[in-house]
Amino acid sequence: MVALGVIESYRLRWRRKRLLARALWRRRELRPLSNRTAAIGTEPILLFATLRNERVRLPYFLKYYRDLGVEHFLMVDNGSTDGSAEYLAQQPDVSVWSTQASYKRSRFGMDWIMALLRRYGHGHWCVVVDVDEFLIYPFCETRPLRALTDWLDASQIRAFSAMLLDMYPKGPAEDQPYREGQNPFEIAQWFDSGNYAISRNWAYGNLWIQGGPRTRAFFPDRPKAAPALNKVPLIRWHRSYAYVSSTHMLLPRGLNLVFDEWGGEKASGCLLHAKFLDTFAAKASEEMARGQHYAESREYKAYLDGLRDQPDFWCKWSEKYINWRQLEILGLMSKGNWA
Amino acid sequence: MSLGFVMLCHTALDRAAQIARYWATRDCPVVIHVDKRTPGAQVDQLRKDLADLDNIRFSPRHACEWGTWGIVAATQEAAQLLLRDFAQVRHVFLASGSCLPLRPVEELRAYLDARPRTDFIESVTTSDVGWTIGGLNTERFTLRFPFSWRKHRGLFDTYVALQRRLGVRRKLPSGLVPHLGSQWWCLTRQTLTAILEGPDREEQDRFFRKVWIPDESYFQSLVRMVSTNVESRSLTLSKFDYQGKPHVFYDDHLQLLRRSDCFVARKIWPRAEKLYASFLSPDAASQPRAEPNPGKIDRLFAKAIERRTAGRAGLYMQSRFPNRDWEQGRTAAPYSVFEGFAELFENFDTWLTKVAGTRVHGHLFAPDRVHFAGGADVYNGALSDSAAMRDYNPRSFLTNLIWNTRGERQCFQFGPSDNQKPVEFIAGDPNAQISIITGAFAIPLFQSNRNFSEIRAEAARLQKIESDFLHTLRSSWVKARVRVWNLAEFVESPMEPLQTIVDEISPRSLRRLTEVPRLADLTGFGQFLQNLRNQGMQPVLMGDFPAGQDLPTQGGRRARPYLVQ
Repeated sequence: MVALGVIESYRLRWRRKRLLARALWRRRELRPLSNRTAAIGTEPILLFATLRNERVRLPYFLKYYRDLGVEHFLMVDNGSTDGSAEYLAQQPDVSVWSTQASYKRSRFGMDWIMALLRRYGHGHWCVVVDVDEFLIYPFCETRPLRALTDWLDASQIRAFSAMLLDMYPKGPAEDQPYREGQNPFEIAQWFDSGNYAISRNWAYGNLWIQGGPRTRAFFPDRPKAAPALNKVPLIRWHRSYAYVSSTHMLLPRGLNLVFDEWGGEKASGCLLHAKFLDTFAAKASEEMARGQHYAESREYKAYLDGLRDQPDFWCKWSEKYINWRQLEILGLMSKGNWA
Repeated sequence: MSLGFVMLCHTALDRAAQIARYWATRDCPVVIHVDKRTPGAQVDQLRKDLADLDNIRFSPRHACEWGTWGIVAATQEAAQLLLRDFAQVRHVFLASGSCLPLRPVEELRAYLDARPRTDFIESVTTSDVGWTIGGLNTERFTLRFPFSWRKHRGLFDTYVALQRRLGVRRKLPSGLVPHLGSQWWCLTRQTLTAILEGPDREEQDRFFRKVWIPDESYFQSLVRMVSTNVESRSLTLSKFDYQGKPHVFYDDHLQLLRRSDCFVARKIWPRAEKLYASFLSPDAASQPRAEPNPGKIDRLFAKAIERRTAGRAGLYMQSRFPNRDWEQGRTAAPYSVFEGFAELFENFDTWLTKVAGTRVHGHLFAPDRVHFAGGADVYNGALSDSAAMRDYNPRSFLTNLIWNTRGERQCFQFGPSDNQKPVEFIAGDPNAQISIITGAFAIPLFQSNRNFSEIRAEAARLQKIESDFLHTLRSSWVKARVRVWNLAEFVESPMEPLQTIVDEISPRSLRRLTEVPRLADLTGFGQFLQNLRNQGMQPVLMGDFPAGQDLPTQGGRRARPYLVQ
């Protein structure tokens, strides 16, 4: 048993080393468009994201995280044709790298992100999200992100969990077009409050969380194939860390222990997911055509099938989003012992 | 000038400067101690910021690692400096760089002037302390601690264990009774000088140098030897979490802090602009005065600790996923599981809904789909009726349902043809009330229009599954409330069991049942069982049904259980 544990640790160690080497190798695919990282202060909070054709979403995304206290954005543009890269290059607090290389072969962008994390994120608090993910944490209305990271530091916590919460509109998304700069949750106001299946992944020590509207509408017959919702998007990065699968799990394994095993609650947040706007149908067709997504883009395929005959996630038990306190009462996130 | 401050600082020196200035300009001398490990440039800046004030001193710097003697040494020297340079000081208030005065210093001074001989210091005998970290109370004094708890935890623990094993004990200095308490105190000149200039100081210092976390015990113990008037409480509002680190106050605590009526609070987040602005503003004085009463803050932090250590029962989520038997409540609320009732009674769901006022589902774990109450295809919390999704993780399904419907008791039917995966979880759940009529699974078969050989095979299969379930329920670890009747005995007198079950579900409505559910027509059921026997199957779970004739209650009319008034 002990011997097995040692072998397993060793195997994971090699896995981690391979991921790190891979990220280093993929780094040469990145071409800097505007590198303003020299302006980063001594104790910054950084944000890392990969994107493709998200021009319309960018203004609100940047504003949201600026307001939380993110000091600098490090973004990888994967061949946008809608001016996303040019827009980002104009922003004073954004550094942009551009690449035309394969998203899929870069482990869906994670290799690029890890290359940047290694170079610029070491020792700093880093937010790793997509441009349709909006971090909610306890007291986020009254306390900036820095208050959270200071508290995490004082509590000797390195990683902060925020489950992906899929938000959706009531009625067909096409009827409520998204305008640039608009808060997407004015449209996608609804979410599923209590249909998440959780199991433990003993190999990596993380939790698998699946469920929500996507499983309910697109994968009712094969829930195992449904997307994972557990995420660790806020982390005090160390150059030896590696994201294994998107931001769902990390190595070394200790970083995945963002939950309490003995009955208590650790502090956690939510990533509000503004994927299901009117922009989604177009995105799904485009991504299907590119075939650059996880597991042969089965998610997008299911979406496209689902979108045709069931365009509405809304049901009478859908919950309307109010604030983080509501999410905490519903048990989707927790204050832990932060008060 | 009767009140002076000693300030221990290590980070956020700009805030420390702000507070020191606040006190110094209000005629309270301040002695500042800066941790030796703080970068020199920051300290120079601090000195420069406060250079215009002549009643501020800087004491010699010590390295203040947590839990070590440095903090006490720093406090001693700073206090001596304060008492030496400012002869009028009567009370010395020990504060930190992240303290914030909540009430004007004039009020604090008036409060102390009214109690000129009182020493405010939390000081509790070691046997009465419940809050120490690491379980070390008395042993803080009797063992030696040469290793850092933070940096060399392994060595620390090993050395403690070794000393325990060898029975090594340090001798306490004569007359010393160990006391513990908050580090933040306010002592009188008399008391403080008695401690600092006492004849035994050297011996005491030598002893405390090796005590673990001496800043929580040095003054707290010694004050008992010299002071005549100890008020065992701290004037500083300071709360600790379960790891022993102080809770931090933010802008959104403003009202709470205002209402606490404490004089000084720690620790304040250095960037809590609103707190600093409002409590240091000149018009902060226009607040109502009262005795310090931090009860509300106590409750807030007590709740936070409870949430961190115990959590919400029955909740499974991203940051709470208890190991087996550590759930502290497997599910969020009591619920009832019925096996055989829906088969024996024709309208059990509607009847139970009515008499017990609860939500009654059909077979939640049925193979075709989830039979929610009212045939809903989606339920509370947007739970889907998809059998595949439920069977992917039956435990999550059940705990989600119970969590989503907290406040409304859930009842559901269960049976041998359902998915049996959740059986073990339910059986070990004190919230579950399981009522079983064994053998009732045969009734739908009896009523069905299938070939007898098929019926026989199905009956044997279901009987096997139900037997396994009953076997599980007889295990020693079962925590559910389990009641089992066989079909024959239940049919003979159904009222009493029904009354018991309903009373337990809704204990407040202690009424006798006036309406009863309709029994299925069992005419010929005894013969049916005999036929199964004749085909070589052994129906054991139904109880003793006479083969030829029907049971006594099955009179000429369609039977309804009679009422026992």
